[in-house]
Amino acid sequence: MTTVSTVVMADTFTSASISYSALMPMLIVFVVALAEVLVAGFATRESRHALQVGLSLIGLLGALAALLLGARFHQGVTASVADAAGSRQLGAVVVDGPTIFLQAGVLVLALLAVLIMSERLGGIGADAFTPMGAANPGSVQERAAQRAGLTTSEAFPLMMLAVGGMMLFVAAGDLLTLFVGLEVLSLPLYILTGLARRRRLLSQEAALKYFLLGAFSSAFLLFGAALLYGYAGSVYLSEIASAISAGQPDREVLLVPGVLLVLVGLLFKVGAVPFHSWTPDVYQGAPTPVTGFMAACTKLAAFGAMLRVVYVGAAGDRWNWSVVVVVIAALTMIVGAVMSVTQTDVKRLLAYSSIAHAGFILTGVLAFDVTGVSAVMFYLVTYGLTTIAAFGIVYLVRDVQSGSEATHLSQWAGLGRKHPVAAATFAFLMLAFAGIPLTSGFVAKLGAFGAAVGHGGASGAVLAVIGVLSSAITVFVYVRIIVMMYFTEPAENAVEVVSPSILAKVAIGFCAVLTLALGIAPKLLLDWAANASLFLS
Amino acid sequence: MTNPYVPIIIMVALGAAFALISVGTSLIVGPKRYNRAKMEAYECGIQPTPHASGGGKVPIKYYLTAMLFIIFDIESVFLYPFAVAFDRLGLFALVEMVLFIVTVFVAYAYVWRRGGLDWDY
Repeated sequence: MTTVSTVVMADTFTSASISYSALMPMLIVFVVALAEVLVAGFATRESRHALQVGLSLIGLLGALAALLLGARFHQGVTASVADAAGSRQLGAVVVDGPTIFLQAGVLVLALLAVLIMSERLGGIGADAFTPMGAANPGSVQERAAQRAGLTTSEAFPLMMLAVGGMMLFVAAGDLLTLFVGLEVLSLPLYILTGLARRRRLLSQEAALKYFLLGAFSSAFLLFGAALLYGYAGSVYLSEIASAISAGQPDREVLLVPGVLLVLVGLLFKVGAVPFHSWTPDVYQGAPTPVTGFMAACTKLAAFGAMLRVVYVGAAGDRWNWSVVVVVIAALTMIVGAVMSVTQTDVKRLLAYSSIAHAGFILTGVLAFDVTGVSAVMFYLVTYGLTTIAAFGIVYLVRDVQSGSEATHLSQWAGLGRKHPVAAATFAFLMLAFAGIPLTSGFVAKLGAFGAAVGHGGASGAVLAVIGVLSSAITVFVYVRIIVMMYFTEPAENAVEVVSPSILAKVAIGFCAVLTLALGIAPKLLLDWAANASLFLS
Repeated sequence: MTNPYVPIIIMVALGAAFALISVGTSLIVGPKRYNRAKMEAYECGIQPTPHASGGGKVPIKYYLTAMLFIIFDIESVFLYPFAVAFDRLGLFALVEMVLFIVTVFVAYAYVWRRGGLDWDY
């Protein structure tokens, strides 16, 4: 007679305590995304575009209102269970100052991105997106696809899902929620990258590259999470922090690889060197409004999540791993700045500039101080505003013959004479990227480098010096575009700036005005960022 | 006192033996009458031919079916653990599960409306 020991299952099930009102902003975004999937399936072809844009705007505005109205009442952890000792709540979702600030930032930037994405330029659907994967713009196949109702209003639900993922990403209180947030924000972006109407092959190639490399980086993050779980016995960031401060002598070897592997996943998303190689290809291949959305919002969400992982979870052991990230930050600034000099395509140039900016922001992250948190958050929002406007203008500069975007720099020659408003706005945005005073870029860089010098120790000071030198290199790049637009004879193949609808005009204008306003009077947003810079651990 | 893992090993051994014996028996005693149809890929996908010039065309129907399968696959992945612990989880989990299935059906309704279920679309 053999006895087989059976696994005894727990008779009681402790359900997580969930505050639905604290999760309301995310729930609104996800429910609207599902509703938009149904619109894409059921609504008539004529009404689809208007319905999708309207629903997206209502959803994002509603989520923003719910977030800001509830901000005062919902600080704390939610979707939480008590820890083993029963002394405190461990939350999968943490609603604290940085969460609310960054979620509000994602929502505002996504609102502006939707306005530019919705640009139709007289067509039936959004102009940037292909009605059918295999068709050329203006071809018989494309018209047939439109007649069959295959307009891609899917771009909007995909974008809403990505926004929801980003909101979860910055609020993730444990490594599994972090991973889920990463996937929910990444998968729609892979598809959006491949939806460009013009230059299909480039777009599809970009989507494939982004997907393969993104899947790799997700795996790295997951592996790092597994190592950290092995180290701390918990996936919650606050428990990992407790484990670090208590010390785990027999498992010490798991900690540094775990932290660094998790950071690989996050550094990939922000495009830091050496995980940057996807950035130029994807930025160039994706539909330009999507590039703007991706550059602004993904960077914001990924840096937000990185701040939480680093400051809440891994800060206690930073002496052992931060040197690697310091090297990465320095490399990111130098490679981004130097490579942007050699670019001849506006979108690739902005991609390398975004890599350099990722390095500047990383410098602020490595300050390991609340001033670093507020500086990084301010940087992310202002950089996002400038980026969305810049890609919005790139989207409008078209080749007269083919109607496709004139992204080669030589085609921008003399743009200032024929289209003074667009060229002046773009020139101003370039100055903001360069960090010239009276633009938000200057205040942002000052904050990030100031935090690094003030609290980052010797490595922070070195990074700040590298940052200032890299900024000087990028100034050359941006000024070269301005010289191209204003002091060069117009090119043979004429370009035009197509006139967008009022929505896109408002979005680009709003971003540009805020870039100026936050350069002159940044106090309000700086104060808000400073007040929101304490993590709940 | 036997090690509790012994039944698992017996189970694995039985499974392996079943597979090996059935395949081996059919190899030994089964009739062998080959014709061309038997040498072709069985009901799964395209013939592996050299890559056609100009890229060639690949039927996309199987791919849609595979995507649709994944939707229901994910649903069942979550339904099984739920069903096992259903009585202990209570009303909360039931509501959550219904919401989850609703979201899966949104995807299904989308596929249906956009022609994903029409084989000759």
